[in-house]
Amino acid sequence: MLWKSADYSGWGRVLQAKGEIARPERQAALAALLDEGLLPAMGMRRSYGDAALNDGGRAVDMTRLDRMLGFDPGTGILDVEAGARIGEIAAAFGPKGWLPAVMPGTGFATVGGCIGQDVHGKNHHHAGSFCEHVVSLTLRTAKGVVEVTPEKTPALFCATAGGLGQTGVILSARLRLLPCKGDVMVVTERRMADWEKFIAHLDTSRATYTVGWIDATAKGAALGRGVLEEGETGSGLMPQRIKRRKVPLDAPNFALSSPIVRLFNGAYYRRVPEKGRTVVRPISDFFFPLDKIHDWNRLYGKRGFHQFQCVVPLDQAPALREMLGEIAGSGLASPLAVLKRMGPGRAGYLSFPMEGYTLAVDFPNRAAARELIKHMQARAAEVGGRIYFAKDSLARAEEIPAMYPELDLWRKEVAKADPEGRLATDLVRRLKLRVAK
Amino acid sequence: MNRTWIILGATSSMARAFARAVSQEGAGVLLAGRDRTDLAALAADCQLRGARVAEAVDFDARQPDGFAALVARMEAEEGELNAAVFVGSMPEQAAIDADPSLIDGTVTDSFTGPARFLQMLAPLMEARGGGTVVGVASVAGDRGRLGNYVYGAAKAGFATYLSGLRNRLTRAGGHVVTVKPGFVDTAMTWGLPGMFLVASPEKVAEDIQKAVRKKRNVIYTPFFWRYIMLIIIHVPEFIFKKMKI
Ligand SMILES: Cc1cc2nc3c(=O)[nH]c(=O)nc-3n(C[C@H](O)[C@H](O)[C@H](O)COP(=O)(O)OP(=O)(O)OC[C@H]3O[C@@H](n4cnc5c(N)ncnc54)[C@H](O)[C@@H]3O)c2cc1C
Ligand SMILES: NC(=O)c1ccc[n+]([C@@H]2O[C@H](COP(=O)([O-])OP(=O)(O)OC[C@H]3O[C@@H](n4cnc5c(N)ncnc54)[C@H](OP(=O)(O)O)[C@@H]3O)[C@@H](O)[C@H]2O)c1
Repeated sequence: MLWKSADYSGWGRVLQAKGEIARPERQAALAALLDEGLLPAMGMRRSYGDAALNDGGRAVDMTRLDRMLGFDPGTGILDVEAGARIGEIAAAFGPKGWLPAVMPGTGFATVGGCIGQDVHGKNHHHAGSFCEHVVSLTLRTAKGVVEVTPEKTPALFCATAGGLGQTGVILSARLRLLPCKGDVMVVTERRMADWEKFIAHLDTSRATYTVGWIDATAKGAALGRGVLEEGETGSGLMPQRIKRRKVPLDAPNFALSSPIVRLFNGAYYRRVPEKGRTVVRPISDFFFPLDKIHDWNRLYGKRGFHQFQCVVPLDQAPALREMLGEIAGSGLASPLAVLKRMGPGRAGYLSFPMEGYTLAVDFPNRAAARELIKHMQARAAEVGGRIYFAKDSLARAEEIPAMYPELDLWRKEVAKADPEGRLATDLVRRLKLRVAK
Repeated sequence: MNRTWIILGATSSMARAFARAVSQEGAGVLLAGRDRTDLAALAADCQLRGARVAEAVDFDARQPDGFAALVARMEAEEGELNAAVFVGSMPEQAAIDADPSLIDGTVTDSFTGPARFLQMLAPLMEARGGGTVVGVASVAGDRGRLGNYVYGAAKAGFATYLSGLRNRLTRAGGHVVTVKPGFVDTAMTWGLPGMFLVASPEKVAEDIQKAVRKKRNVIYTPFFWRYIMLIIIHVPEFIFKKMKI
């Protein structure tokens, strides 16, 4: 059948939707579907909130349009359908000495989803955002199929990169891959005893890939402690472990209660020897550490979870420290918390990155956590930072224009590409993104 | 060793997963079906994943005139020749009730068309002294039931055909694997009511590859369908005929 009636949600499972979904298996079927009118597209729905939801309406699932169409080893340009997953591309090309230039923390994200959120990776400080490596893309807009490039159609490109699927359905893209030495990672892990040490190391790190795990439950002198990971690609032989685990059931609520998280975090911190260590890992273990456990979002139980992610300008590190202090004081955070330094790279009007520090913390979905996140969002805005649409379920419409000063430019292009507003999603409606003041 | 697979019905997502899996091992793939544009995209993908050759070729189960050319194309490849059949069609039983002529097409797509092609390919495989045929039948062929008995009958016919072909090719060093999938998450089942324990196409492809390696004869995929069908087959007819499953 063409349409499947489904109840579905984003990765955080808090916001839900009900509606009909089509999942074409070939381009001709997709084209026929869109001839009837544009539909919001969804990838693997790894966005935590409602970016890929259309409650009460229809949507098109792009995940079966996932072929790699051509590769030019001279330029490193890969032509690929929008439903292809980043991890699949890395697995096919890593052994040949190429990787997607930017990879988010899950290999399940699709090319279309990575463009729709202009995602960043562990190398953002060097490589910039995903769409800075998009040479061109084919986009189905209300006017038909158009070729979009940063040079020839700059405004449409900027509205599509990080544009939450509002300019049209991305059919395929040409990505400039990055040469790599091979498909193993040489990773150096170091304990960071506190916030000051962490920030200082992030500021001076020269590694190609860096990411910091932060203990969002540590307080007092230990506030901001964590583990800094610095990685370089390398060549060698590394057995690819394909053992995958699955979370079969929703976990009970106490699984992530505060004493358990504190215990876990302490152990996780001390796992790395005091003097640090260098280890060799398969590429997927470094870039997509959680993908080995399928459906790990079920660990948070039926109520689901939130991720708060913000970025603040470089000179606002002290404000971010204060925010972390409030989070640690609340005892609500889960073990998943990440601190990174970002470079200035961004490709679209609504792209998340800005030069500064980004903090991401997961919280089980509780009233107190929701209040705390809302408070953090307001704080981020006050200090000139912004929140990430890929992670959000809680922001309020009035907060957005200050965080995203190019919103009006985006609106103008979106109105041209989809004048009837057929591509609107739950997130776009909740945050009134397409409605001008 | 040079290995080539001709994959009939290569636009099926199950076939796509299988084509990718054998491509990763360096086999050649001839991707046969009716939608040239789609098959060309898959061929490019297989090539980038490591296929020795990857090519889209025309195959319509209802146009047997084209079969000889396909067999000739296979003959042009050196080494071991293999075939995997994913072709099949399952019109709604209600549509067939309204227009009984749909039976012909269903049987041609799911049984006689592919069987005729395999019959033409068999001598070549015998001459090469090996190779494997994978035939995708269905649990629906194990017992006729209200919801899809024409499709089920075609699949039962195909399974019986495969059993005979196995008898024949085994003598020449070849092998035949009969695959009986349960519910698989493909275009055929998308949005159908009453689906449960639905397997991914990748899981099915993995099971098929394992069965080819181990020279299994008949597999159910996922494996538990063997037990579900064991029960269904043993329900006495006087009860079964009143059941609605
Ligand atoms: C464990 C985990 C780790 C993560 N780590 C990172 C990280 O390090 N950095 C980072 O930036 N993000 C990260 N994310 C977020 C994730 O990368 C993004 O949410 C990404 O968009 C997910 O891709 P998807 O295919 O699931 O897209 P979806 O969530 O399905 O969709 C995202 C948006 O893109 C649009 N879209 C999708 N496909 C198309 C298409 N073909 N045409 C038009 N629009 C389309 C949708 O409408 C939606 O607005 C992480 C998420 C998880 C679960
Ligand atoms: N999905 C399940 O739960 C399930 C369960 C048991 C068995 N099966 C069997 O698994 C196989 C693959 O099916 P699927 O689920 O992946 O569904 P599908 O996408 O509908 O696949 C059917 C395939 O058969 C092809 N085909 C149909 N009629 C044809 C014809 N006259 N000539 C050439 N090709 C023809 C289709 O090609 P076009 O693209 O050109 O139409 C398509 O490639 C089928 O044999 C099916 O019966 C499926």
